Amino acid sequence: MKTIYLINIILLSFLMMSCSDDDVTPGEKGSIVIEFDNRVGNTNLELYKDYINTNGETFNLTKLHYYISNIELRDINGKAFKVPQDSSYFLILEDDPESQKVRINNIPSGSYNEVTFTIGVDSLRSTMDISKRTGVLDPAQPQDGMYWSWNSGYIFFKMEGISPSAPADQENKFYYHIGGFGGYNSPTLNNIRKATISMGSARAEVKSGKVPQLHLHVDILQFFTPSITIAEHPNVMFADFSKTISANYVNMFKYDHVHN
Amino acid sequence: MIMYITKRAMQVMVNSLLTMLFISCLACTQDEQNEEDVIKDPAPVRIDLPSNFPPVVYDLGSNPVTQEGIELGKKIFYDTRLSRNNTISCGFCHQQQTAFTHHGHDVSHGIDDKLGRRNSLPIQNLLFYKTFFWDGGVHNLDLVALNAITNAVEMDENVPHILAKLENDAAYKKMFKAAFKSEEITSTKFLQALSQFLATMISANSTYDMYIRKERGVTLSESELKGLELFKQKCAGCHATDLFTDQTYRNNGFSSPADLGRDSGREEITLNPEDRGKFKVPSLRNVEYTAPYMHNGKLQTLEEVLNFYSSGVHETPTLDSLLRSEEKPGIQLTATEKQNIIAFLKTLTDEQYVGDRKFSEF
Repeated sequence: MKTIYLINIILLSFLMMSCSDDDVTPGEKGSIVIEFDNRVGNTNLELYKDYINTNGETFNLTKLHYYISNIELRDINGKAFKVPQDSSYFLILEDDPESQKVRINNIPSGSYNEVTFTIGVDSLRSTMDISKRTGVLDPAQPQDGMYWSWNSGYIFFKMEGISPSAPADQENKFYYHIGGFGGYNSPTLNNIRKATISMGSARAEVKSGKVPQLHLHVDILQFFTPSITIAEHPNVMFADFSKTISANYVNMFKYDHVHN
Repeated sequence: MIMYITKRAMQVMVNSLLTMLFISCLACTQDEQNEEDVIKDPAPVRIDLPSNFPPVVYDLGSNPVTQEGIELGKKIFYDTRLSRNNTISCGFCHQQQTAFTHHGHDVSHGIDDKLGRRNSLPIQNLLFYKTFFWDGGVHNLDLVALNAITNAVEMDENVPHILAKLENDAAYKKMFKAAFKSEEITSTKFLQALSQFLATMISANSTYDMYIRKERGVTLSESELKGLELFKQKCAGCHATDLFTDQTYRNNGFSSPADLGRDSGREEITLNPEDRGKFKVPSLRNVEYTAPYMHNGKLQTLEEVLNFYSSGVHETPTLDSLLRSEEKPGIQLTATEKQNIIAFLKTLTDEQYVGDRKFSEF
């Protein structure tokens, strides 16, 4: 009967697990939190506060939103863990601190030192049936307008603000709405960008009972570097020049530190 | 050590496993257990596909059409709460008596009397379309309504606001529950219900259809038959299949070079200069009712349309090759040929569709 008792306990714990996503099987799986810390150079970004970009232009931001998706972690042996596609879409909002902490569960335990992700939403998901695009991906409930309904597709990266360098006739406002997944039946703008962040000699130790915090810096100054001026390009949306912008902003993401 | 499990032990184990499974099922599906009334399944509706049409594009499997879904979709279609100030419904710009287009308006006339750039397209046979709108910017029927809802000169609203308005309406809760077995109102269900209604809007019972399907002994007159032959020779290169569009984008020469600067059509979607001034070839079904014509609604009659093709085509760099000729661009047509083509085009009128109570507001 002892054996049966034991089996029951195992079964019970297995069944309990099936009701909850967060629990991990001891010794096998763990979680990680990736924090996207938006910054301006060496200081923390604050909306509505004035900064100077790398081209000497004064600006402030009123909005900063971007999608992070298709996250993949790599351990020190080069073994990759792909976050299951259905739970690999996140919208980072500067005005919502919770959104900046991306938690990933059910990761095989190990020492991880690299993370790769897409800034934006892949073309496959961009064209899936709407029932497979809920939550932050819901085209009908765009989180503060992260969807172009006239040209079906997500806005991957949205940054708006005010600068004396932006035209006075638009109240010194500037608008960057960057998207384009490559087109549904005719090739067009593709701004899907992938960032791979190495942690150098540091490690995120994923194991049961601990949740390492991987802290990334996202430096807005890189957006303007090299040579994108607000004066010359105060409004960039669905246009070829957006490729120059996405080529810049992919470099905003840098490893800073990890808490194990 | 080899574990030895007796028959009795096995039985106990199986029993406890079953018990626990039962408990766990209970735990995971409490909501369903608490439902007192059993919700009826919505009644499936089979969409009759016309035998002379090309294959369906919309994935009906992802959104099975039901009677309750259609009814909900129709209510949404005619609901002015889809607009910011509750004045404009889908049916406002898509009126049944003119094959669901906006008669008397060259370009769409939306909220606060604002005007759009383009002529509202008829709503018919949307199941068979790969893309939507004049520039094909929308690639799924489920996403079509979002364009009109969020457009600042059409409805100027957003879905979260609309859903909040509908949630205060007990009738909607009841209808959502009937169609989707839960009264929770979500954006997905909202759009899917609308698609279900749109999916039923098939116009395929014109004189031409009956003639081509050999139904009820319908024949065409001599002029109509001549028109059909001319149409096949001179128009069907673009207005192909029994949808009367090949669903491509073409520059038909209607835009002058100055017009191209104001509306570059498909180029806005592809950013490809070769697409400048190209617009989706429109279907000609019910064309007798869908005036005005062209993407900007500048032509009022079918005579004007054919006169344009015979003598008004602008030769711009992206002009369609089918309209180019060594002499002057366009389609060479005599007055009699024009009359015959118009006679034929009128056989595409589907009186049953424009009068069908299934689609009407009241």
